[in-house]
Amino acid sequence: MTDTTAAANRAPKPDSILRKLGKAILLMRESRIGMFGAFLVLFWVMIAIFVPLLPLHEPLTITRGSSLMPMLSTDPTGAFHWLGTDDRSRDILSRLLWGSRLVLFWATAATLVAYTMGMLLGVMAGYKAGWWDEVISFIGNVLLSFPLLVLYLVILTSFGANSSAGQWLKAALGVDSAVIAGIMIIVAVMFGTAPQVARIVRGLVLDLKTRDYIAAAEVRGESPLYIMLVELLPNARGPLIVDACLRLGYVTITIALLGFLGLGLPPPDPDWGKMINEARAWGSNGMNAMLWPAFAISTLVLGLNLLADGIREISLRD
Amino acid sequence: MILIMLTISFILFLIFESDKLNVATKVLGEYSLLDQRLLWLEQNGYNDPFITRYVRWLFNFIQGDFGKSIQFSAPVSKLVGEHLWNTGILAFWVFTITISISLVLGVLSGIAEGSFRDRAITVFSVLTTSMPEFASATIFVAIFVFWLDILPGTSPFASGFRWNEIVLPVLVLVTYNFGYYTRMMRASMAEVMTSQYVRTAILKGLPYRRVVMRHALRNALIAPFTVMVLQLNYLLSGVIVTEVFFSYKGFGLFLYQSAMFGDIYAIEACTMVAVFVAVLSQFISDVGYTVLNPRIRFS
Repeated sequence: MTDTTAAANRAPKPDSILRKLGKAILLMRESRIGMFGAFLVLFWVMIAIFVPLLPLHEPLTITRGSSLMPMLSTDPTGAFHWLGTDDRSRDILSRLLWGSRLVLFWATAATLVAYTMGMLLGVMAGYKAGWWDEVISFIGNVLLSFPLLVLYLVILTSFGANSSAGQWLKAALGVDSAVIAGIMIIVAVMFGTAPQVARIVRGLVLDLKTRDYIAAAEVRGESPLYIMLVELLPNARGPLIVDACLRLGYVTITIALLGFLGLGLPPPDPDWGKMINEARAWGSNGMNAMLWPAFAISTLVLGLNLLADGIREISLRD
Repeated sequence: MILIMLTISFILFLIFESDKLNVATKVLGEYSLLDQRLLWLEQNGYNDPFITRYVRWLFNFIQGDFGKSIQFSAPVSKLVGEHLWNTGILAFWVFTITISISLVLGVLSGIAEGSFRDRAITVFSVLTTSMPEFASATIFVAIFVFWLDILPGTSPFASGFRWNEIVLPVLVLVTYNFGYYTRMMRASMAEVMTSQYVRTAILKGLPYRRVVMRHALRNALIAPFTVMVLQLNYLLSGVIVTEVFFSYKGFGLFLYQSAMFGDIYAIEACTMVAVFVAVLSQFISDVGYTVLNPRIRFS
């Protein structure tokens, strides 16, 4: 195994990434459910990327006189609103599509940070064992004993953008409070998710480290860091890819959820959870402004879940 | 388990009460004078060393004295009790209904792995699990409140307990949770159905129904049981969202309101209760697993 990776490193690799991706897509075709999931996810990713090019109204401009319009209506200035407008006369379709950017960006960033942290801690706990394992596992158990949302509530209300800690960070970094809110969300998600990832990785590593190629690497005199990052982690990737996909779904829900609870990104950014929360106050007028973000988040999460199912199905088949 | 609870209580105390001037501000309000705050700190023993304060707080806490809620001006323990009772009713129905549905669906799809029925159930459960509580709540409110107009959209229990006010919260939580349980049950059932004792039972001519109910189901229940109890932790997160959505006067809403208001003593108490429930469920899951599985019990 180590020989082949070493050989692959030495050999010229003109098309490795592209070919791998192509292979993955070909494999994906074998799972209809996975294909459908991939299609849903790609749909939202495409929208998030290309939304500035779409012929939409401004998502943030507030005008007067055409608030809370129903679907498929034309306002007094002659502008057409596919999904109607919200209480500040902003176009709902435009806010919905721009919202995909926020949700996808922050969810991906938070998942990446949490995953990196979790993998590093997990591989340390699994490979180094002893005290490392005790300490990391204990901290993980403490964090996992919190119901997730309670943990997020405690972190974000005590250290969020509006707290003194948040204000201090804002002054220190000199950035927007929206960025601080995003960073705090990432930190909160990291505390909630990294222990779960670490636990999975630790389990995988405990199994992997008894393999011959690890012994070979140790005999070769490789440093523990090299063994952990180059030998162990890449070989644990199979189950981790599926888990990452599911985890991204949970984090997406979390981001929208925090928006719904008023702990997410500050207004006026069009965050799906916040859109639902705002529309809740408008009674039956808000039904339309509430339903679309609900569908949006459900389809995105459904896509990620189905994609994870597809990948699992294919990886089990091989 | 106790070590974890102690660690968490210490962390919480550190987060909320290490800045004592902040505590005084929260209790006396934004517009109190600095002198008043200092006096309050003096009177309430906040000038003692941190560790002394922590130990005193912990002892009061264990004895059930959680302090007084700033937001509602009532003892926190009484408020927590009332709200927990309402959440208990909600959780009871959610748990009962979820488990019944997932048991039936899980067995139905698990005994015929790969069939059309299995596929349909699997897809359906993925679909419902992909709808976060606030999304499905929105959709249900649209259908049952605005369109059919047969259920109330909020559940404040303004005039005592009302059955029709609890239907939507239960529906929302069941929708989100049953998919996961169903998949657990299905996986476990499918595995048991391929085991040798089930094959023996079928070959020996027992009626299929009897094989499923007597031989397979009992053994298939062990693995999902632990997961279901552990799920309590996640259920609680969902309960917070659902209660906030429907203004259901339960523990989740109370926790949320306290956290948003900065009601220090109430958050401390609520978080500790929530963590206690989570840790307890972990313990029950471990014990239950041993009791259910003779192979572990006798080894």
